[in-house]
Amino acid sequence: MKGKGKFIAGAVIIVAAIAWLAFSGFNESKSYYKTVDELMAMKDPHNVRLKVAGDVVKGTIDRQGRHLSFKIQQKGIIVPVNYVGDETLPDTFVDGVQAVVEGTYDQAGVFQADKIQAKCASKYQAKQKAYETQNKT
Amino acid sequence: MPEIGNFSIILVFVFSAYAVLASLIGAKTDNRRLIRSAERAVIINFAMITLAVVTLWTLLLTDSFTVAYVSAHSNRDLPFFYKFSSLWAGQEGSLMFWGWLLSIYSIFCVLQNRNRHRAMMPYVIVVLMATQCFFSILNLFVANPFTTLAIAGPGGSQAFAPPDGNGLNPLLQYPMMVIHPVMLYLGYVGFIVPFAFAMAALATKQLGDTWIKTTRRWTMVAWFFQSCGILLGAAWAYHVLGWGGYWGWDPVENASLMPWLMGTAFLHSVMIQEKKGMLKVWNMVLIICTFFLCIFGTFLTRSGVVSSVHAFAQSAIGTYFVIFLSIVLASSLTLLFDRLKYLKSENQLDSMVSRESSFLFNNLILLAACFAVFWGTMFPVISEAVKGVKITVGAPYFNKINFPIGLFLLFLTGVGPLFAWRHTSLKSLRKNFLMPVFLGFAVGVVLFAFGIHDFYALMCFMLCVFVTTTIVAEFYKGAKARGRSSGEDFLTALINLTHRNTRRYGGYVIHFGIVLIFMGVAGAAFNKQVKADMAVGERAHIGSYTLQCTDIQNDDNPNYSSQRALLAVYHNGVKQNYTLRPEQRFYKASGQPTTEVALHTSAVEDLYVVFSGTVNSDKAIIQAFVNPLVLWIWIGGLVVVFGTVIAMIPSKGEMERRNAWETEWEHIIAAREEELNQVAKERTRA
Repeated sequence: MKGKGKFIAGAVIIVAAIAWLAFSGFNESKSYYKTVDELMAMKDPHNVRLKVAGDVVKGTIDRQGRHLSFKIQQKGIIVPVNYVGDETLPDTFVDGVQAVVEGTYDQAGVFQADKIQAKCASKYQAKQKAYETQNKT
Repeated sequence: MPEIGNFSIILVFVFSAYAVLASLIGAKTDNRRLIRSAERAVIINFAMITLAVVTLWTLLLTDSFTVAYVSAHSNRDLPFFYKFSSLWAGQEGSLMFWGWLLSIYSIFCVLQNRNRHRAMMPYVIVVLMATQCFFSILNLFVANPFTTLAIAGPGGSQAFAPPDGNGLNPLLQYPMMVIHPVMLYLGYVGFIVPFAFAMAALATKQLGDTWIKTTRRWTMVAWFFQSCGILLGAAWAYHVLGWGGYWGWDPVENASLMPWLMGTAFLHSVMIQEKKGMLKVWNMVLIICTFFLCIFGTFLTRSGVVSSVHAFAQSAIGTYFVIFLSIVLASSLTLLFDRLKYLKSENQLDSMVSRESSFLFNNLILLAACFAVFWGTMFPVISEAVKGVKITVGAPYFNKINFPIGLFLLFLTGVGPLFAWRHTSLKSLRKNFLMPVFLGFAVGVVLFAFGIHDFYALMCFMLCVFVTTTIVAEFYKGAKARGRSSGEDFLTALINLTHRNTRRYGGYVIHFGIVLIFMGVAGAAFNKQVKADMAVGERAHIGSYTLQCTDIQNDDNPNYSSQRALLAVYHNGVKQNYTLRPEQRFYKASGQPTTEVALHTSAVEDLYVVFSGTVNSDKAIIQAFVNPLVLWIWIGGLVVVFGTVIAMIPSKGEMERRNAWETEWEHIIAAREEELNQVAKERTRA
């Protein structure tokens, strides 16, 4: 039984350490996941880290060399986005694609994103959806 | 043509459902004929789903765009190889492919074991075929790969074939991406065999270690494929996606990591049950969780429940998976709970410093990692359900937890195999660990002196040296001892030593591969990156490299238009004899740009360069990374593969024993049949 007791004590210490790491890591990297319209409905959207999903408005992608800005929309609500990150953009990031931008929403109403994700399969799915709708009619 | 596919999927459903019922009733009423019939249904089931798969392949290869799946995932100009692989490029096809792999495993499993484990087999078949049944339901009702396109016309709807398909996503047009899903699925599906045997053991109350011994190799096969799948996925991300890394804690990546972590824990802890008769309940829990996570992983990638760069459109498929997963969990846990009294441990943990306890810690740590990954991945879903807000966590969360966990695991990899069972004496500790600990510290001091001060990286390198030394010492001591007693030379002794106990020594080789992977991952602590806008002739510096832009070129072909920069490379001021050509392509058919990474790999570091267009069409936008030691991750992966192959080869003694046993079995069966014939003859005479 001696071994068992010690093992349990060791296990408790390990689990506690991991839980602590999890908690602090969680607070460092948590962000609220919202769609564009939900962002607008938020009471205080300015001081938290956010992840916002929306469709890239066609024709708004503006690349000036390294500088990139565009607009995303959901249910008719449009938010301008300014990319301030330094990662290369995903290849799937094109006009009309569904994108998730991560960063903060500043007081001026511009979303300062340091990360951009684009959902890669949506285009194909969308086309297929169109066919399927035809199928039904 | 699509009708053949549809029809065969219906038959898959019918035969798998029949196999489940026949097996179950056959086992309950002890009706051999019914059980035999269920076994045959498994075989027919394989034939039917093969027919469906061949049908879809034919449709893909003949450009039958009237089939929705074909038009969505293929196009006329797609190379043959990729048309072939489009079978598993989309949801419908890949679910069917899952079912097909399952049927292949099932048929092997049934043919291999139906005579050896007569009592357990019916229940094994129940588990295998119930799962098959579930996947055929998905294929029939929510994700049918044979749906055809139609448009409304005069006099009802008409079949409709678009002139060309949408094509395969260019990001997936990469050889590694063709086999990555296959490997991963073989891993996911493979864990069903040990799970099925575990359930059969519970159902038949044959709770010794038969089920573990029988499925030992199956578990290794599944683990092997899953490891390959995960590494190939990482390699693909690194070589194709162009963000300079190989692992981003994306939900889909996590979905493949979780069952792997759980499976690794299972793979280790069954050894304690074999040797000591301990942890019986625990092993059951582990295999149930592993199988659950395998299905769950498929669910995560296929349902889009957690949004991710890979996410597929949210669909009704989620509900089906939730129902199936609930059934799996509820039934297996009920069965386990009911059989608890048969799962008493035969031994107790004697000491903290023993093989048993190192295995227990290994389990604890792997589970903690798995749970942390699960929690982080599912947090958006959990927080939405509980608090109504979707909160996501990012890479820092995962890294913060998994770095220390990884290091502790690495430490256990070194000490575990050297601890004796039950209790390790201080003397043997000193004997076994003096050298490895000394070398580890020595290397640590040297590295520190050379300016490596990152805590985790330094710890990791020290542990790598420590573990490697213990592994080398194990081989060396074993071979020396064998050489002394048998007179063999060192190399022969080494090979024979490994052959006598392939699982143990193959395991060491796998451990060494893992050490190399850790070393490669630790290299990331010293990653450098730089961004530069470079006109022709301009230079940029990164680490000990200097890049000079020598040209910016444009190209055009029917498939894509492209633009690339040519970069000359100087290393420590010396001009290198290679040129980097990072490129950006624009695929015309799909309208999608892709990044072609330029990579120069060496044992020390990778020079990784991405080109993302130009400023004012005369300055190349270049992002360069120097990623130390990445090559060792892939080499480590190969070593793991090699080690697993060794571990799967039957040990010399084991093979002889099994052959002897099998011959004996055949004699017994022959004698028994003879006896039965006699009885029958006498009866007819009477």
